[in-house]
Amino acid sequence: MLKILKYSFYDLMRSRWSYVYFLFYLILGFVLLFLNNDVDKAVITLMNIIIVLTPLIGTIFGVMYYYNSREFTELLLAQPINRSKIFMGQYLGISISLTLSLVLGLGIPFVLYGLFKSAAIFNFSLLLLVGAFLNFIFVALSYNIALSTENKIKGFGYAILMWLFLAVIYDGIFLISLVVFNSYPLDKFSLAATMFNPIDLSRILILLKLDISALLGYTGAVFRKFFGTNFGMLISMGVLVLWVVLPVLRMNLKLRKKDF
Amino acid sequence: MIEFKNLHKRFGKLVVLDGLDLDISKGGIFAILGPNGSGKTTLIKCLLGMVIPNKGDIIFEKKSVLRQWAYRDNLNYLPQIANFPPNLTVIELINMVKNLRPKTANSEELIELFGLKSFLDKKLGNLSGGTKQKVNIVLAFMFDSDLIVLDEPTNGLDPIALIQLKKMIQKEKDKGKTILITTHIMSFVDEVADEIVFLLDGKIYFKGTIDALKKQTNNDNLEHAIANLIAKQYA
Repeated sequence: MLKILKYSFYDLMRSRWSYVYFLFYLILGFVLLFLNNDVDKAVITLMNIIIVLTPLIGTIFGVMYYYNSREFTELLLAQPINRSKIFMGQYLGISISLTLSLVLGLGIPFVLYGLFKSAAIFNFSLLLLVGAFLNFIFVALSYNIALSTENKIKGFGYAILMWLFLAVIYDGIFLISLVVFNSYPLDKFSLAATMFNPIDLSRILILLKLDISALLGYTGAVFRKFFGTNFGMLISMGVLVLWVVLPVLRMNLKLRKKDF
Repeated sequence: MIEFKNLHKRFGKLVVLDGLDLDISKGGIFAILGPNGSGKTTLIKCLLGMVIPNKGDIIFEKKSVLRQWAYRDNLNYLPQIANFPPNLTVIELINMVKNLRPKTANSEELIELFGLKSFLDKKLGNLSGGTKQKVNIVLAFMFDSDLIVLDEPTNGLDPIALIQLKKMIQKEKDKGKTILITTHIMSFVDEVADEIVFLLDGKIYFKGTIDALKKQTNNDNLEHAIANLIAKQYA
């Protein structure tokens, strides 16, 4: 598996898009820092961007890589290697290379700016950790979609729809339901609803850490009231791990029956 | 050496293999023929473990291959469409496949034979279709395995490469290896194959030597003899 991982990783590291992605974060980091002149504020702005963008990029890279390397995967499948190792290797290769683009792209400007002397270092690390989680989650989700959809165009469509749903539509439905059912106690419902969306969950996780109540919103406030800051972070972290583990499990199940 | 037992495979409503039974003995060149969509590639992919049959079993060297993977160390496969990661160079790809298999490989000789030396440092994305197929052939032949499976090996090859390929197939056969080939080029079959396996409607319609086929169809020309078999399906 490590060999496959290594080659997928090299392959991606050499593609133009990894650099575009890296440069984007690099420029974003510099611009934010020099416009804001404040590491804390830059972290908040970054959060809003990372939470929407990393899932999108993870989704697109995941489906793109799967469909583009289909014939090559066939070649690998004919080698004496376990099926699930091939796909796990590819999956980890994509996720790690995307995470590296994120960490290096944002890390360099922040370190140059003097991150290590600032108190924001923990907030910033958490931000990167959540970004990494989102990469692993959305690459896994998109791989699931790609594995279940033969048609490339359809696969792309479903993957983008999934992102759109989790990043935008989900919140909308959530808000509407809060408004419509506002005469009922909604604490439990909204708690559960956040768990089912990794993007919401990451947002809450970061906001809990940043401790900005004004930005927490309804779910965040409920979350904090219910779990407290530390326990809340632990819970949300745990659910994020589940969000990685479950799609990976389903990927392996799907692989057992899949024809290539 | 290989035994397909009552193999069934459906894709949705489409029945591709319908209770296929086939025995392939060790040594020799077997051409798997059949009209388009007769299940040639599916049959091969079942053997390789890429397609999972609905029913039936495949025995390779006395062991069932279903859900196994280690047996693939003793077979080489040349896929139909050669499409490699565009960002890797030829030599990196060759080294990668070598790295993935515990066996030793003799790639240098093959690289020389197909004149790929000047392409080694080129990225795979920039190669022409024929050159990719040559790389594909190098990957398939560089290991010493008892079974070699070739899916449309002649695709896009220039005449010189084609001659080399035929020589190589002959050489492997002389070493006592079993070679399965699917192709639509009958002259190629006529030249290299020892036995023909003809698939129709997901079953084996004919299995035997080329001469036996010619005799059975009363045709001296292999192309016409095969056409004769296919025509029965259209009728």
